[in-house]
Amino acid sequence: MGIGLLGKKLGMTQVFDEDGSVVPVTVIQAGPCYVIQKKTEKTDGYNAIQFGFDEVKKVKNVNKPLTGHFKKANITPLKFIKEFRVTEEELESTEIGAQISVDLFKPGEYVDVTGTSKGKGFAGVVKRHGFKGSPASRGTHEYFRHGGSIGQNMTPGRTMKGKKMPGHMGHERVTVQNLKVVEVRGDTNILMVKGAIPGPTNGYVIIKKAVKKPV
Amino acid sequence: MNEVIDVIEKEHMRLDLPEVNVGNNVRVYTKIFEGDKERIQMFEGVVIRKRGGNTRATFTVRKVSYGVGIEKTFPLHSPLIEKIEIVGKSKVRRSKLYYLRDLKGKAAKLKEKRD
Repeated sequence: MGIGLLGKKLGMTQVFDEDGSVVPVTVIQAGPCYVIQKKTEKTDGYNAIQFGFDEVKKVKNVNKPLTGHFKKANITPLKFIKEFRVTEEELESTEIGAQISVDLFKPGEYVDVTGTSKGKGFAGVVKRHGFKGSPASRGTHEYFRHGGSIGQNMTPGRTMKGKKMPGHMGHERVTVQNLKVVEVRGDTNILMVKGAIPGPTNGYVIIKKAVKKPV
Repeated sequence: MNEVIDVIEKEHMRLDLPEVNVGNNVRVYTKIFEGDKERIQMFEGVVIRKRGGNTRATFTVRKVSYGVGIEKTFPLHSPLIEKIEIVGKSKVRRSKLYYLRDLKGKAAKLKEKRD
């Protein structure tokens, strides 16, 4: 529960903290986020606030239903739209069209960052599941990165469900939990968190208060 | 690189230190914290490597102490560096002086550069 921010990963760098040690940080353009719509229990069956981020450059390319949706909130069309489930009090305290600033988070707090991981394509078991493969020498013949046996014999006579096999890797929703907020820059809406976050540079991310770190 | 990141990195850079080049003989004074006491340690040697841009830059100093080669890598913009003194400059034809690791005694001496 509670609102978060929408952002864009700008890349990683490092900064020095007050002890003089190096801190690896990811820089996120987290805002300006706008409130597009408020969903209520009465009309939609649940309480939520719809946020938008990143202005569309070519407004003429936005389709008619979406144009109308943004017009209702009286804001320019945005590219990245997400909902946050909220309580009734939070719903009442926000207004449609309002701008949510990055000051929602303070340095020292912990956040969870959700993004879409980098796609790796069709990957084998060594890369995808960390299998060891086979020995490089001692008679191994054309069987270096295979996964080995995938089951037994007549009993059970089938391969077990969930058997780790080759397949598509990456390009999935990934959340990294408990990242420390290192710096917040309200004027430019820049958020810096310690550590890496999922996805490529310029990938969209969702930033929420850490679920497992009650303050 | 992203412009925003470039700006952030430039803010953390230290411009008060002298320019360190490969082949220079330098004295690096670093702050060391022992419990709550603070003291300054000096490390003198020849710069054999420089790498990285902006705040990510580091340099490696090599010295031979009691016949054992010691190399120490410092972040160039670290706030723990008290000061850097450049003792001498040498003529070098490499950007990385890794070949010094295989040389001993007089052979490991670099030619002095006169400006």
